[in-house]
Amino acid sequence: MPPVPTLKTKHMLGIIASIIDGVLVGLVYGLSAMGLTLIWGVMDVINLTHGTMIVGGMFALYFLANGLGVPPYLALPPVLIGGFLAGVLLYWVAVHRMVGRPPLMSLLSTFAVNLVLIGIGTGVWGTALFNVAVSLPGVSIGRYTFPGAHILAAVLAAVIAAALYLFLHSTRLGKAVRAVANNREAAELVGIPTTRVLAVSVGCGVALAGLSGVLIGTLFPFTVLSGDGYQLKGFVVTVLGGFGNPVGALLGGVALGLLEGAVTPFVPVSWTLVIEFALFVLVLIAFPAGIFASRRGAL
Amino acid sequence: MLRRPFFWIIALVIAAFVAAPAIGDDVDLRESLALATVYITLASNLNLMLGYAGYINFGSIVFFGLGGYICVWLVDAHGWSLAPSLFAAGIGVSALAFIFGLGILRLRGPFFALSTIGVVEGVQAFVQNFGPWGGSSGIYISPEVFQPLGGAARALWVIYFALVATMGLSLYLSYAIKISKFGLGLLAIGQNEDAAAILGVPTPRYKAWAYSASAFLPAITGGLYFFKSAFIQPSDAFDLSLSTEALVVAMLGGQGTVTGVALGAYLYEELRGYLLTSEMFSHFQLVIAGVLLLVIVLFFPGGLMGFIYSRFPRTQKVLE
Amino acid sequence: MKRIFLLAAAATVFAAPAFAEDTITIGLTESQTGPLNVDSLGQQRGYELWRDQVNAAGGIKAGGKSYQVKFVAYDDQSVGGRVQQLYTRLIVQDKADFLFSPYSSGLVAPATVITEQYGKIMVDSGGAEEKPFQLGNKYLFMVITSAGHYLSGAVDALKAKNPHAKVAMVYSDDPFSKTVLTATKEQAKAAGLDIVLDESYAPSTTDFGPIVNKIISSNADAFLGGGHYSDGATLARQMYDQKANMKWESILVAPGDDKFGELGPAAMGVTVPSQWEVQVSYKPEFGPTTPEFAKAFQDKFNAKPDYHSASGYTSGMILQHAIEQAGSVDPAKVAAALNATDVTTFFGHIKFFTDPGHHGLQEAHQMVLAQWQKVNGKPGRQIVWPEAAKSADLIYPISASQ
Repeated sequence: MPPVPTLKTKHMLGIIASIIDGVLVGLVYGLSAMGLTLIWGVMDVINLTHGTMIVGGMFALYFLANGLGVPPYLALPPVLIGGFLAGVLLYWVAVHRMVGRPPLMSLLSTFAVNLVLIGIGTGVWGTALFNVAVSLPGVSIGRYTFPGAHILAAVLAAVIAAALYLFLHSTRLGKAVRAVANNREAAELVGIPTTRVLAVSVGCGVALAGLSGVLIGTLFPFTVLSGDGYQLKGFVVTVLGGFGNPVGALLGGVALGLLEGAVTPFVPVSWTLVIEFALFVLVLIAFPAGIFASRRGAL
Repeated sequence: MLRRPFFWIIALVIAAFVAAPAIGDDVDLRESLALATVYITLASNLNLMLGYAGYINFGSIVFFGLGGYICVWLVDAHGWSLAPSLFAAGIGVSALAFIFGLGILRLRGPFFALSTIGVVEGVQAFVQNFGPWGGSSGIYISPEVFQPLGGAARALWVIYFALVATMGLSLYLSYAIKISKFGLGLLAIGQNEDAAAILGVPTPRYKAWAYSASAFLPAITGGLYFFKSAFIQPSDAFDLSLSTEALVVAMLGGQGTVTGVALGAYLYEELRGYLLTSEMFSHFQLVIAGVLLLVIVLFFPGGLMGFIYSRFPRTQKVLE
Repeated sequence: MKRIFLLAAAATVFAAPAFAEDTITIGLTESQTGPLNVDSLGQQRGYELWRDQVNAAGGIKAGGKSYQVKFVAYDDQSVGGRVQQLYTRLIVQDKADFLFSPYSSGLVAPATVITEQYGKIMVDSGGAEEKPFQLGNKYLFMVITSAGHYLSGAVDALKAKNPHAKVAMVYSDDPFSKTVLTATKEQAKAAGLDIVLDESYAPSTTDFGPIVNKIISSNADAFLGGGHYSDGATLARQMYDQKANMKWESILVAPGDDKFGELGPAAMGVTVPSQWEVQVSYKPEFGPTTPEFAKAFQDKFNAKPDYHSASGYTSGMILQHAIEQAGSVDPAKVAAALNATDVTTFFGHIKFFTDPGHHGLQEAHQMVLAQWQKVNGKPGRQIVWPEAAKSADLIYPISASQ
């Protein structure tokens, strides 16, 4: 192992820069986990197609931006709609019959759908690399630069998260979603059309995955298989932020990004993942409902 | 136990696995059956946590991988022979599992499941940095190690029979636990853990033993498998998708049943093997596997055994 | 699907009864699914082009007979566990006479356990890792330059431009990249260069922001590293976006793909070690010249050949040459012929190490260094090192090309 670098004042700037960068990317990680935690919180379903749906967003960005020349950020509205519809479809195909059954069953059904999607994806595109070049003027502090695309992606992630929060707390449909999440039987008794609400929830969850895919696509190159990594981070973020808690997911994402940014200047980069997962397991054991959760299932 | 017919059914299966390739000196059959034994062993041991106690262990692969590493490292770096290395791997990994288990088994349901993913990823990341085990480059074994077993060709047979033996032990272990008081306790935990605790089932202890027990034979299988490959690296040893496949297989066959899990593992492996080598299907094998799984999960949730039990109720007495 | 068709077509058209109907079966696995899919395809095509040309010319001629070449291929899913099963099947059931290796290094070692056991020759044109060759083998042969020498040309070229370069080495924590960079570190030190950063990252890393900041903090002005596709591409992109101001960037693998050009200005000036490029101009003793190969490939697949295709084709060609020299398909005789091989082909000079400690490793073939430059306003790769093979001058610092 290379010697641990000593802290010099001029490196302080580097460390701060890494931390800020971590927070920026963390907001995007948080967004990417929101769909996962929403679906989990509302109906106790673990959506194993989540990663692939993120990739779907990436591909949508690629074809709209590189193929049709649409400005990259304008890919967000069509992906929102397309993702929502895909989510509703996913609900009817794989989730509807699994509601109320042990989470293992929905795990398997979504896993199965994911196999199909990956099979088609790799069959058509193989593992070729795709890249959407997005270049915006960045902000520089000393020798360290924050690329404009990172800043914009972080801002948009926060905006979308805020929109989700408003939806859940200020609209009737949103409140119905929270009611169903809290207690499905009681919600039914009060006349809420639970099936429709569940379908909408999955729709939102997948739409969120797709939107985060678009944003991630503006930052990093990707392949059909890139979703796995983000899904895994999604699990970590969900644990940190609390199940079914979208705001917690955002904070959890920031925490994760912060961890990655803060650890890197001090420790050989290859140890970052070890630390991440060790922390993940420890946090789970110490805070089984997540650090930021008020109570399980609360939205 | 000797009076129960299922005991002899297992014995028959083991005999079939031994005889089928041996009789014709059919090396090709041996290789594909070897893979099948690995799946069956992993799935059966997973069943102890999954089917009986109801705990989803995504990270069961960590036992397989660590077992592989301990065995290969002892053989390569310290010149141990195969048998003691395997034993050390089994004991070592079970002990580690017990310790880890004490920590994570306090978690329930999906939280436990997630923590097992964290354990696998963390262990893989750690091993990638761990110099004495070759880091990310892994450990290569020189073909010399096959000499004490009679040379490479003969060694592969010996390893195969060892794999079959381990598989047989796994099946017997699953069965023995199921018909024991311990197994009853586990099943009670699977039904309703709090009620079981109130009724006097020592839940934390039972869970820890089950978790530790479910690590022993997979560790030995891992040792055999990687010894046979003469090479181990972190991405192969801790391949999360293999864990997931074991889970899928247990579900397919019918979790909680010994036969179902074994049958599910065997059929799945044969199907994948066939799809891989078939000109027409190899491009779409993932799609086919996915569709098959979806159909089963949606319409036949009891898995294969659920289906068989409902059609032929009398089998429930014989086929556990 | 295409392969069935091609095989069927070849069988009907070329099974002319006038010749003796002998076949040589070559077995191999490809990574059709799983992460290594793209490179494996290039190599596949190289094999297929060679096979079709050989069969069209009447087959391989040895010992008075003519042999048509037939392939049997399976998908190994880029997973080591399948490889032993599949190679056993290829040898025992499909009666393969010779084998081509799986695409990646991690898969070569398990396959070798099987092929050495049966005494079958396996030619490796995909995996550059050296360890599988150091365990004592008799029938394993590598056609490409091995991992330890991937960046030696880059180090020499960098030293020539700036003997006081400060080098940051950041690379993927996978066996191949690690082997390359560990060897490179020794070469760089021997060349008197200053290594200011030496770290590996987990292959699954997606955000290199903090790592790039670390590179900036180290005051490096030269970068050596990378790993495979997405990480290499992302590193290039982020070093550019974050204005790391590297004067030199050599990145493994990723810039060798044409799609790397999509990065725009971030790609310019980046150098990549390559086994072969279309501009290489070796004078072959037999087989096609580079332009002939490129044209045949283009005609058949409607795509430009890359080095995976060239190495795949060369594997076939060298095997054919050895069989013809030996006058037989007996593995021991062909192995002897391979051990004696010392020839120049369009791919380069080919000669194998024959001592037991590294049997089969490639002794003569060398990497070229290609650099992304604007040619008539369009981005493309030019060969800039070694001097004897170059098609354009090396641009240094890389900012001069952006």
